[in-house]
Amino acid sequence: MASLSVPDRRGLPLIGAPNVPRLLRALLPALSLALVLIGIAWLNPRAISYFGFTLMLNLAVPIALATIAQMFVIAGNDLDLSIGAFVGFVGCVTATWLRDVPLLGIVTLLGCIAVYAALGALIHLRNLPSIVVTLGMSFVWQGLAVLMLPKPGGKAPDWLLEIMRLKPPLVPFPILAAVVIAAVAYVGLMRTSYGAILRGSGGNALAISRAGWSLLKAKMTLFACAGLFGVLSGLALIGTTTSADANIGNGYTMLSIAGVILGGGEFIGGRVSPIGAVIGALTLALAASPLLTFMRIPPDWQVAANGAILIVVLAARVLISRKDAQP
Amino acid sequence: MTDTRPELVRLSGVEKYFGAVRALGGVDLALAQGECLGLVGHNGAGKSTLMHILAGTATADRGQLAIAGAVPANYAPGTAKQLGVRCVFQELSLCPNLTVAENTRVFHPSLTGFTWRRRAGRLILDKLDAIFPGHGIAPSDLVQDLPIGRRQMVEVARAFTVTDEPVRLVILDEPTSSLDAHTAGQLLGFVRRAVGDGISCIFISHLLGEVIANCDRIVVMRDGTTVADAPAAAFDRDRLVAAMGDVEVHARDVEAGHERRRGQSPLRVRARPARQNGAGELVAHEGEIIGLAGLAGHGQTSLLLSIFAAATRATTGMEVTASVALVAGDRQADGIFPLWSIAENIGVRSLHSLRSGLLISARREYELAMHWRDKIRIRTPDIDNNILSLSGGNQQKALFARALGSDARIVLMDDPMRGVDVGTKLEVYELIRAEADAGRTFLWYTTEFDELKQCDHVYVFRNDLIVADLTRDELTEQKVIQSSFAEAG
Repeated sequence: MASLSVPDRRGLPLIGAPNVPRLLRALLPALSLALVLIGIAWLNPRAISYFGFTLMLNLAVPIALATIAQMFVIAGNDLDLSIGAFVGFVGCVTATWLRDVPLLGIVTLLGCIAVYAALGALIHLRNLPSIVVTLGMSFVWQGLAVLMLPKPGGKAPDWLLEIMRLKPPLVPFPILAAVVIAAVAYVGLMRTSYGAILRGSGGNALAISRAGWSLLKAKMTLFACAGLFGVLSGLALIGTTTSADANIGNGYTMLSIAGVILGGGEFIGGRVSPIGAVIGALTLALAASPLLTFMRIPPDWQVAANGAILIVVLAARVLISRKDAQP
Repeated sequence: MTDTRPELVRLSGVEKYFGAVRALGGVDLALAQGECLGLVGHNGAGKSTLMHILAGTATADRGQLAIAGAVPANYAPGTAKQLGVRCVFQELSLCPNLTVAENTRVFHPSLTGFTWRRRAGRLILDKLDAIFPGHGIAPSDLVQDLPIGRRQMVEVARAFTVTDEPVRLVILDEPTSSLDAHTAGQLLGFVRRAVGDGISCIFISHLLGEVIANCDRIVVMRDGTTVADAPAAAFDRDRLVAAMGDVEVHARDVEAGHERRRGQSPLRVRARPARQNGAGELVAHEGEIIGLAGLAGHGQTSLLLSIFAAATRATTGMEVTASVALVAGDRQADGIFPLWSIAENIGVRSLHSLRSGLLISARREYELAMHWRDKIRIRTPDIDNNILSLSGGNQQKALFARALGSDARIVLMDDPMRGVDVGTKLEVYELIRAEADAGRTFLWYTTEFDELKQCDHVYVFRNDLIVADLTRDELTEQKVIQSSFAEAG
């Protein structure tokens, strides 16, 4: 049956052959972003401007970076429940050591990435559930952050503030940053030859190891990438907020997971999309407060409304992709 | 046997144990360069285990493996690949989330640099074109979007691609099982050409005609050893079947009292596999033991599960007239509750009758468990011990006790005797017979012929369909094997 209905595609070019289900899957995240944007434009047309986007999306950059960090972990069929606390810890380091003793700050941040790689090794070697390990680590990061900065305070290094205050012509900085983040993650994970191995380790680990690859190395690489993007997220967050607080990143764990899923990723099977994840993060950042403010929802109710929007958007995605799976 | 070609592979005295179960008991196997070896045998004969050892994905407990005269140290999948051993495993070993080209890259560490994607695509496409002209697969297709037959084509083609490592031996484990006749023909033609070019090939198939027609030599395995090894020309279908099966004729232990006319007792189950069109349905009456035979994974388990579902929810094409209990085959996955005691594991199917008020009566649960412990001799000092304190066979007995101790009038058994020792088996056979005489109905999926002999009536499955319907008198192993294997060509 299948061989009759599918046309012979041998004449098509090697790369870029059209694939309808794949195209639909890829377009879903963009669709949800468009919906949120249309909602905002309808409620407040003036928000759709250079200045409006800079304001609305100023917190989207750290969310996008945290989402990419989470995406690397999810690509290997794991889940990082510590990314929020980690971003908070990095924020505290950034607002204190990185400003006062830059060398110590840099070494600490590089050490954080090494700790992430070691976590990957631990999870692989001991065959531990990543949820348990990272949940434990979230308390470690949180505790360290409180030790460093018992009271909110500190100050971002000046160079960081300047980067985050960039005003590029025509395109607002957060959008430009999002494009760069998406491009880097896309090339790294989706286009490089080792990226295929990394994703394959989530898709069929047995096949990867039978082909002679080290799953340990793959897992460590994925976690190290997560650590790297977690560090970048902390830096971007402090560059935006200018000072730190030990609890500043707490919401990021769930936001990053939601961003990956909203962006077309799946919890298992190594199916992730870097571009989708960034779009998902932007959608969440917009749906979080600007949309709700424009809907005149009182601040007391915004967190609950935010959660409701998240459920609606994710449910819509599941519905659409399920229809797509059973044509 | 004047073979002058140089020897490529020699396995000598290979033994492999999984726990107490012997999977391979001292296998010797040699293969020459440019030879196509057919490997046949029943499920569980040890073919796949042997191939895993050859491919480096499993290690032998004893014995030696030599490739091209040398014994490789630390033999692993990577070493095997460097030495030119490729394996197309029965379970697909492609990454579904990657494209065809990316899966080729996974196989070839040397495909790096900026143009790796294009080169990988070209490599796999050329090989697909060579093996399966008109295949309709693009290198940028995601494997998850391809139907199973095309995935198999990609996997086979990938095994024959060459970059920096040579191809000397390709193991094809059931390569044609998900291919249609046309593509299977293309593959077999290509294998013959590759063998002509000096590549060795081990070909495992249940399609005996295919094996006889395409292999130079055939090795038959049974119970973890090789029982026949001769040029393919020396075999025909019947000789192969005879070599695979139990040639000794067992005395049939039919007792006169069990000769019962079918249809005398009330109907218990009438079921029809979902894809069955035309004749063929499974019928079971009260007090009967019905066998479900055939090769593993040909629809027996799914029919049992749909009968189980039909007992609580009306289903078209299914008629189930009494309560049902299932004895799981995969104990660890869907049989035991590993944290519970033996007594709790036995009582869980009978919670209704164990209740006193809103709570479960510990006393009644204990009584039920003790009754069955004594009746089927579960060997434990204390019925309140954890279930995992029991040996595998005794865990299985506890699962039987769970089903038999319940109020279910129909017991579905999903090949429950896997890995159970002979003594336990005989005890359970007796128990099943006694329960059937007391009016219970058993539907028994089994891959072992000895167990079919316990049945009153046997249905043979192939490709999710009932293909044969044998009464107890008609039942012979030859017939079961004949109908289990598709008529080739």
